[in-house]
Amino acid sequence: MENYDIVIIGGGPAGLAAAASARRNGIEKIVILERDKELGGILNQCIHNGFGLHTFKEELTGPEYAGRFIEQVRELGIEYRLNTMVMEISPQKVVTAMNREEGLFEIQAKAVILAMGCRERPRGALNIPGYRPAGIFSAGTAQRLVNMEGYLPGREVVILGSGDIGLIMARRMTLEGAKVKVVAELMPYSGGLKRNIVQCLDDYGIPLKLSHTVVDIQGKDRLTGVTLAEVDEKGKPVPGTEEFYSCDTLLLSVGLIPENELSGGMGVELNPVTSGPRVNESLETNIEGVFACGNVLHVHDLVDFVSEEAASAGKNAASYIQRTDGSELSERTDTYGEAPGTSTDEKERQGEGISGEKSMAQSGRRNRAVRLTAGDGVRYTVPETICASRMDDRLTVRFRVGNVYKNCYVSVYFDEDRVLRRKRPVAAPGEMEEIALTKEQLMRFPELETITVKIEEE
Amino acid sequence: MYDYDVMIIGGGVSGCAAARELSRYKAKVCVLEKEEDVCCGTSKANSGIVHAGYDAPEGSLKAEMNLRGNEMMERLSEELDIPFMRNGSLVLCLNEADMPKLKALYDRGTANGVKGLRILNRYEVLEKEPNVTEDVYAALFAPTGGIVCPFELNIALAENASVNGVKFRFQTEVTEIEKMEKGYRLHTNQGVFSAQYVVNAAGVYADRFHNMVSARKIHITARRGDYCLLDKSAGNHVKSTIFTLPGEFGKGVLVAPTAHGNLILGPTAIDIEDKEGTNTTREGLDQVLGKAGMSVRNLPWRQVITSFAGLRAHEDQDEFIIEELADAPGFIDCAGIESPGLTSCPAVGERIAGILKNRMGLDEKKDFISTRKGILKPETLSREERAALIRENPAYGNIICRCEMITEGEIIDAIRRPLGARSLDGVKRRTRAGMGRCQSGFCSPRTMEILAREWNMDIREITKSGGDSFIVEGTNKDVF
Repeated sequence: MENYDIVIIGGGPAGLAAAASARRNGIEKIVILERDKELGGILNQCIHNGFGLHTFKEELTGPEYAGRFIEQVRELGIEYRLNTMVMEISPQKVVTAMNREEGLFEIQAKAVILAMGCRERPRGALNIPGYRPAGIFSAGTAQRLVNMEGYLPGREVVILGSGDIGLIMARRMTLEGAKVKVVAELMPYSGGLKRNIVQCLDDYGIPLKLSHTVVDIQGKDRLTGVTLAEVDEKGKPVPGTEEFYSCDTLLLSVGLIPENELSGGMGVELNPVTSGPRVNESLETNIEGVFACGNVLHVHDLVDFVSEEAASAGKNAASYIQRTDGSELSERTDTYGEAPGTSTDEKERQGEGISGEKSMAQSGRRNRAVRLTAGDGVRYTVPETICASRMDDRLTVRFRVGNVYKNCYVSVYFDEDRVLRRKRPVAAPGEMEEIALTKEQLMRFPELETITVKIEEE
Repeated sequence: MYDYDVMIIGGGVSGCAAARELSRYKAKVCVLEKEEDVCCGTSKANSGIVHAGYDAPEGSLKAEMNLRGNEMMERLSEELDIPFMRNGSLVLCLNEADMPKLKALYDRGTANGVKGLRILNRYEVLEKEPNVTEDVYAALFAPTGGIVCPFELNIALAENASVNGVKFRFQTEVTEIEKMEKGYRLHTNQGVFSAQYVVNAAGVYADRFHNMVSARKIHITARRGDYCLLDKSAGNHVKSTIFTLPGEFGKGVLVAPTAHGNLILGPTAIDIEDKEGTNTTREGLDQVLGKAGMSVRNLPWRQVITSFAGLRAHEDQDEFIIEELADAPGFIDCAGIESPGLTSCPAVGERIAGILKNRMGLDEKKDFISTRKGILKPETLSREERAALIRENPAYGNIICRCEMITEGEIIDAIRRPLGARSLDGVKRRTRAGMGRCQSGFCSPRTMEILAREWNMDIREITKSGGDSFIVEGTNKDVF
């Protein structure tokens, strides 16, 4: 069996950024396992621009953005294997993978970074009634066919769901010669970024019908049309509002689901709201040494934040290894019953920071995890626990709101005390929110039990 | 001279079972199928249940075929290398007042010859199936109940028949049947074929063909059933097949694991006019979810990955019709094969072959091949075997469908074997590629590439399920 310090599952934006960061933080033996034939993940099919405004202060296309990170990975000499499917990861971090050349192989990892991304919700998950003809695609599948293979899925298009991929595909299909008749959205607000609604729909005169859904699908061989209807507050179709649209293509952009089958299989605890792993301040799951970042953790809107999050995961995985390489030694000495002095020596050799943290851990109290909870209007937070002693000086907490709020406040409570209140002109489910917590702040509340993030209206 | 000794109309599970049984004998047999593949009608959209046999009335042909089919399924599944297991079934009784109905079912099953039937009390039921509703009062337990993969059963029967010399003509739709002095002329969209004997296994259309040759008319209603299929992560929610006694909300729906470990809920029963009306409806799907929730608790609704509808061929007399027509010699009906049709198919095939053997004086072939090897499933191999397989054929190291972990090797096998897959659905039903939780979102472009390469076709010619079900309509900017 091969041995690596860090095995990164997935070579998309999260995996690439995590790998580069882990290497820069001193880890040599890293391998990225990627199931596709090239690095870059789903960015490779996102040929529109608008990527990298935060990271590189310029507007890149998806492949360009991925290219920047692929370059880094190559320059840093990080190993990667393509066309390689991870079949299983054991709780002991043995990664079983497969490809054409090596067949089935196993890698023992000291740390694993989960970066598998997400998949699209299919039609079936919505239980849309009707026939099951050809011509129904998830938006990402259509995106791949158009942008990577050069095929036009259809000529007259209806799009259900105003998620970002759906919006982007409305523009793409129009540019490639298809007629996009309408975008229907079940919710009373769009699930996509505001800028995409403007640039992809408004600029092309494509109507967006909020509070509408597909209630019937016609066509036995190829799709011939769909029926849209308005929905009430509970999302139920309102009788009498049905309207038939003839079309040969229905694109679905109705949500993304983090791909956590491997995580679940190894015993990683998942949050039912995000469908991603529950993580602490280090983006570490309930299994020590297993980290998660990017869309497998929670679905992001902007790849810049994926890269940022993944860089933290890479850095944290590096310090985990540096920490445990030491403690493994100490455990070993304990097991073999050697003089306790040896392990102290080992620890001291690790350098001050680490032995300092160790002693803090032993002293206990401040190593306690504080719970982060999603209060009113907030659907979830990542991370879900914070151990003040382990956090960086500044920690970004990301979350999504459950509704559209205007002129609201994002508030943070340390137990009963409000420590932060920030005005937001608009907060919407389609745009991920973040707040920053500082180590200093947390250290000032040694008895802190729970941090609550909530939306407060006027 | 005739083109064939026997022509079978319909490549569903009944037609293919008949073809396979007939291929034991020296006869020239042809199956005519209007779709591009076998298993495209009722046989592809049903519960996949092997019924124990307590439902049909004592002495009925349905009961006889059910019992015999159930008994034969075990050996057939071994010969044809298809997944089948006896997971047992429970019929729930939700209140004491209904106990006489449960007892009647027990008595009928016993009279039909079902082995091992037992009535379990509430505690025994909940111990066996902890997710069954707490309202359960008692249940009829049938250990011989089972589950089978309907696609693999149908396809395996066809492959085996084909290997044994049966000819299959696809996209061949019979439009007219001409009675000759002896034998029949079948007019199709692909020309005219003659045969001395015809087997009418046309599913919901069997009445149409029957009525072309017989004065004694039959009438088949398409009875639609809506289903929901849940992800494999929900597949262990129940172990047995859970039925419910008909109650104040009508006939219940079943909740069962499938042979591949998904969870299936359904069906409804709605009589419709359109014999191609396989569309699900909002009311139907709501009914499936609502009724399933009455028999089984905590169903993980969010795990639904697809829904579909199938049509049962319900004959007015509520009975299977498997016989040579008195006023149409040589024309053998295999009509009204609704539930328990899938269970019964081995027996139905045997019965039809028996009728023809006697009628035609057929001799057995010496070289009949009774076994068929299924598509090699690498997941069933040990690690060493799997590694060796990939060394020998690297296509088995290339995962195409990541949800079901199906390799390129399996897809190539599905395409190259007898009656190989020509469409995405053909690949899906043979390998399960595209049948998982993402419902082919990731793998369909890659499967299309493999199909195009193997059949030497353009991507634009690839269909979902034959006919005009093309996946892509053109290339970028081709209209400009």
